[in-house]
Amino acid sequence: MKSGSILEVSNLSVHYGELLAVEDISFTIEPGQVVSIIGANGAGKSTVLKSISGLCAASSGSIKFLGEDVTTSKPYHTVAEGIAMVPEGRHIFPRLTVRENLLIGSFTPRARKNSDKNIQKIYELFPILGERCDQFGINLSGGEQQMLAIGRALMSEPKLLLCDEISLGLAPVIIKDIYDKVHEIHNEGISIVLVEQDIKRSLKACDWAYVFLEGKVVLQGSPEDLTEDAVQKAYFGT
Amino acid sequence: MEEYLQLILNGVLLGGLYAVVGVGLSMIFGIVKQVNLAHGDLMIVASFLSMVLISTFKFLNLWTVLILVVPIMFVVGFLLQKYIMMRVMDKGMEPPLIVAFGVSIIVQNGLLLLFSPDARSLETPLAIMSIKVTNMLYIPMMYVVDFCVGVVVILLLHYFFKKSFWGWAIRAAADDEQTAQIMGINTNNIYALAMGIAIASAAVAGTLVGATNNFYPHTGPQYLIIAFGVIIIGGVDSMMGSLLGGVILGLAQTLGGKFFGPGYQLLSGYVLLLILLTIRPQGLLSKARRAD
Repeated sequence: MKSGSILEVSNLSVHYGELLAVEDISFTIEPGQVVSIIGANGAGKSTVLKSISGLCAASSGSIKFLGEDVTTSKPYHTVAEGIAMVPEGRHIFPRLTVRENLLIGSFTPRARKNSDKNIQKIYELFPILGERCDQFGINLSGGEQQMLAIGRALMSEPKLLLCDEISLGLAPVIIKDIYDKVHEIHNEGISIVLVEQDIKRSLKACDWAYVFLEGKVVLQGSPEDLTEDAVQKAYFGT
Repeated sequence: MEEYLQLILNGVLLGGLYAVVGVGLSMIFGIVKQVNLAHGDLMIVASFLSMVLISTFKFLNLWTVLILVVPIMFVVGFLLQKYIMMRVMDKGMEPPLIVAFGVSIIVQNGLLLLFSPDARSLETPLAIMSIKVTNMLYIPMMYVVDFCVGVVVILLLHYFFKKSFWGWAIRAAADDEQTAQIMGINTNNIYALAMGIAIASAAVAGTLVGATNNFYPHTGPQYLIIAFGVIIIGGVDSMMGSLLGGVILGLAQTLGGKFFGPGYQLLSGYVLLLILLTIRPQGLLSKARRAD
């Protein structure tokens, strides 16, 4: 493991039954870094995030978080370790209010102690959530639900935030707002992994990018080193 | 006039008992998506347990025995879910159903071996007391106790699910298991907690049933059918729906018995259930459909 890496994924492979979704992937994330994983549908991006968070079992390889092996950890253990996930499609609890959704994000004993303080921080970061704190999750707009999903993940006081397709289905003006907030979260010192299909936005937001194709890393580098043309070619495998 | 008032009062009060019979089954169906066919039998286990405690320790009354039986049955429910039902939960709808059916058979036959098939009841002075409303109108005290305890249980559960952190966790796991897990919730423990609460509520029902009516080792399925009636009328996963369902079923039975004869008492309740199932299959207060 590189000294000081927050996350080290080594030779990770993941199968869905007979299907090989991720093949022998290795990468590291340094503290405070924003890493983008770019790729088309089915490239294995979300599967990697699910493996890191414990939702998907690895077939082989290892995942180390702050030096601890979390390859076989259950999702509720990885959250306690400091990994939070914003799932694709937001997955707000529809019958809980905004406030209840946020408080459920602080389910781990460590986070629960600071839940009152943290919920105020979330309301400062996303004032609309404070205004709509008694509304049911199902009654929020797509953008508000995305803010709630991010806020809910932050309630667990993560060291690493995994964001899966946070711009999916949102209007460009909302996406800009969301990415501005991601930038603010990064400034707080939280490491972030962004899984995106939008090449331009991903490259703009990150310190390092990986391009996935058919479950493998086919290109990586800093945004300064990666041209949009090279990323596009790697993205489509042309 | 007083005759009808008596019937309506009896029906409503009986509904409080039916509500607490059904609320646990409704909870588990709504949260764990599991039909616990052993619900009625576990309720009767609580009746027998109460009987044993009251007959062994003469100083115990209905209230103190409830304080003892409810936590014991909570632990039974928690362990049943954690160590038996959980093993088959990811194998589809049928295996948990078959396991619950197996538990039901084991419980019934275990009770038969231990207590014989004789009719039993809980000895409590409340069973022979009644409240005089008018010269012609008397309300059995046990019916009033059943209704009041039923309402208190429903309100406590309602408050628990709406206001407590653990209640939110159970609702979150019921809505979206995978997302609940990435919030740090161990859903297996949450389901066991939900089953513990469900069986604890069944224990309240079992003790009340034991003090109100006779019970036998094979009485469980009879109350399971009542519980199904309550949740079909009121709606799955709705505490207030269970109360409404219980009252409607209770009223249908008492009024049906009056108009069509005592033999039609149970049938009247289930005919109404079929009518409601046709008009509003999701139940009168189902939250799941309203959320859609």
